[in-house]
Amino acid sequence: MSSHNEEHESFPQGPPTRKEMSRRQFLTYTLGGATAFMGAGAILPMIRFAVDPVLHKKGAGEFIKVAEAAKITDVPQEFTFELAQQDGWYASTATLTAWIRKDENGDIYALSPVCKHLGCTVGWNNDKAYPDEYHCPCHGARYTKLGKNLAVAPKPLDQYKTKIDGDWVYLGEIVPNTEVKKEA
Amino acid sequence: MFKNVYNWIDERLDITPIWRDVADHEVPEHVNPAHHFSAFVYCFGGLTFFITVIQILSGMFLTMYYVPDIINAYASVEYLQTKVAFGQIVRGMHHWGASLVIVMMFLHTMRVFFTGSYKAPREMNWVVGMLIFFVMLGLGLTGYLLPWDNKAYFATKVTLEIANSVPVMGPVLKELMQGGTIVGAETLTRFFALHVFFLPAVLLILLVGHFIMIRRQGISGPL
Repeated sequence: MSSHNEEHESFPQGPPTRKEMSRRQFLTYTLGGATAFMGAGAILPMIRFAVDPVLHKKGAGEFIKVAEAAKITDVPQEFTFELAQQDGWYASTATLTAWIRKDENGDIYALSPVCKHLGCTVGWNNDKAYPDEYHCPCHGARYTKLGKNLAVAPKPLDQYKTKIDGDWVYLGEIVPNTEVKKEA
Repeated sequence: MFKNVYNWIDERLDITPIWRDVADHEVPEHVNPAHHFSAFVYCFGGLTFFITVIQILSGMFLTMYYVPDIINAYASVEYLQTKVAFGQIVRGMHHWGASLVIVMMFLHTMRVFFTGSYKAPREMNWVVGMLIFFVMLGLGLTGYLLPWDNKAYFATKVTLEIANSVPVMGPVLKELMQGGTIVGAETLTRFFALHVFFLPAVLLILLVGHFIMIRRQGISGPL
């Protein structure tokens, strides 16, 4: 055996072979590549077409005049305002609600009534068992007047960006709650 | 990597014979353009199928934006055409493909006719091919109304008047297609349903029959 091995090493059989692409492999690659290219040419525009809503630029939220600053009290009050929205080809006005109140320092903030549990609408003081709290009728989530989540909900209520200009309160886009942290 | 995935599945499900049976057939010399260039006329059937696949795909994507409703149909088409990225391309594919599929099908029919491929034992496949032809015309007709613009509206009016001129049956036929007494909301939803569900289903069944018969009977011999 050993002598056979030696012989094999010193006299390799046949000429040295290069790693060459076989005809079959070449044809597979070219035909496959051309097919994939043409398929992609047909499919990619459709994919881009389908994902377009995700890639749309979201417009920066504008501020809307909502309430007179003088009317804002220590107790949260409900204010509704209208927002022009363009949903694809459908233009409409959405009616939004904000609960606005003045804190101890006189700073005005506005909470969004969309429950952070599963998106129902909360109301202030609407459950007799829990006075002076926001309560959600769907699954009983509760929040303090700062929007701090007391039960069920995993996060505090969102708030609107607020701007006071002259005598009026303007509300902008919805952002995560900052009032709870401010208090703590 | 693909090979490993393929082998893993193949070991378990033995899929090789399935695609071999579908795909692994030698092209006869007289239909192979590499041997006789004039044999390219044998490609029209395949091209018709290729464009049909593109029609199905682009149509599926178009329904992501399109609404079959008289208030929103035009607005949604205008939106997807002008506001959505590649909307012009995808609707363009469907629009031009619709014409091209008729052209290819016509050329395919001519080839079959002039090579006498409709003769025994292939008469049934000719009949199925004719049915496919009419289903395709039906798809073109029902799709034409969907953008709900003036062209669509009046083209459909004309079509329905033609249906109306059928002896005896005419008025009933027209009202059935129209889904009422005017070309309106119910006509649009009806045409949409036909265009998107009924006719494609019939088309696919007929295509399967067409292809199975080609396999059974083979491609007709050289002239």
